Amino acid sequence: MTAVLKGLVLSGGRSTRMQRDKAVLEYGGETQLDRAMRLLGEQVSEVYVSVRADQVSEPARAKYRQIVDSHDGTSPIAKGPAAGILAAQAADPQAAWLVLACDLPQLDAQTLATLIAARNTQHTATAFRSAHGGLPEPLCAIYEPASAPLLAAFVAGGRDCPRKFLLNSDTLLLDQPNPKALDNVNTPDEFKAVSAALAPAVDAREIRVQYFALLREQARCSEESVQSAAATPRELFAELTARHGFTLPQDMLKVAINTEFADWSQPLKAGDAVVFIPPVAGG
Amino acid sequence: MSGFRFTRAAIDGTALRTELLDHHCGGYASFEGWVRDHNEGHAVRHLEYEAFEPLGNKEGERIIAEAISRFGVTRAVCEHRIGDLALGDVAVWVGVSSPHRDEAFKACRFIIDEVKHRVPIWKKEHYVNGDSGWVNCERCAADATAHAPDHTHGHGHHDHD
Repeated sequence: MTAVLKGLVLSGGRSTRMQRDKAVLEYGGETQLDRAMRLLGEQVSEVYVSVRADQVSEPARAKYRQIVDSHDGTSPIAKGPAAGILAAQAADPQAAWLVLACDLPQLDAQTLATLIAARNTQHTATAFRSAHGGLPEPLCAIYEPASAPLLAAFVAGGRDCPRKFLLNSDTLLLDQPNPKALDNVNTPDEFKAVSAALAPAVDAREIRVQYFALLREQARCSEESVQSAAATPRELFAELTARHGFTLPQDMLKVAINTEFADWSQPLKAGDAVVFIPPVAGG
Repeated sequence: MSGFRFTRAAIDGTALRTELLDHHCGGYASFEGWVRDHNEGHAVRHLEYEAFEPLGNKEGERIIAEAISRFGVTRAVCEHRIGDLALGDVAVWVGVSSPHRDEAFKACRFIIDEVKHRVPIWKKEHYVNGDSGWVNCERCAADATAHAPDHTHGHGHHDHD
């Protein structure tokens, strides 16, 4: 009989390189954790978030069914992803577990559907080959019930790298339908790059810009309507600096949208009235 | 009448003072900022002020409201002139009335300091030698180009008076 497939999203990483909790990083207004839970929930009816004991009541995680890393002696002491996988296998040893890292912003439904369709219960696990080097990808993979005692023994032997576990197991390896789907995001720079790539393309629309003081003189007008695809005032200012040769650096300015101070990353809408505010000198 | 406003006409401090009269108040303090004939070693001939008025009015009103709630003063008014100003003209006027003098002095000082740093007003100096420049802007732009290592990218940090 084929074991029922359940979902486990790993959220317990300490995010030391990112320097903030990766689970709540947002892409397009959705946190990574919410996104992973949603995508997996579309494929598998029962999905849990894997948490450390100290994360149980965090709001981002508390709204989901949880499986808490266990260090109560019933399973070997493991660290990192292996701890989460073992805890899920302990919670339901009869189930197969689709284990998914939460920090895969480019993961798509097709990748998960491919994995599930290709699942072969004769193997200990089903996983993708990494697009970078061909090793098994352990954090978007299906672990059959038969893998549970093997993983426990592996960890008891002092090892905890799930990739090596899959490499040393009878793992069915698949090619990825989308080679970028499993690229994870570990650093602020990677986050920035992926955010930019995932940002929905904006069509050029009309933005009204008013200029004062030095900027008015350099633009040679006090206002203009521009057709711009700039997503934020930061991008718009860069565009207009290229056009008009503004000498003031953006970090010396403030910005107002529709006659109120605004953040440089506030999304721009069609028809917005933008004012870049040079260093002020009243009095 | 709102507590903060711009004017293109000469500021009349005597008229503004009457807006602050109140039998509840025993103290009144005011400050006038004047156009002076020099700045940073340059001989100044006249000044030109401009403002982003819709936002300037909002931010000015917020400053007045903050002064009243922070210092418990009774009334506060600030008027800022824009346009071309000659030497000796009043560029900005602040007046505060309150039951006692201490709050009046403090609120008056608070308002002028905050206005100078927060309200979108710009000042262009026209020098005797024919040059001109936007105060706080030209040097920042030049410093940024030169990548001056000790430059602080604050807002309105280069305060001259």
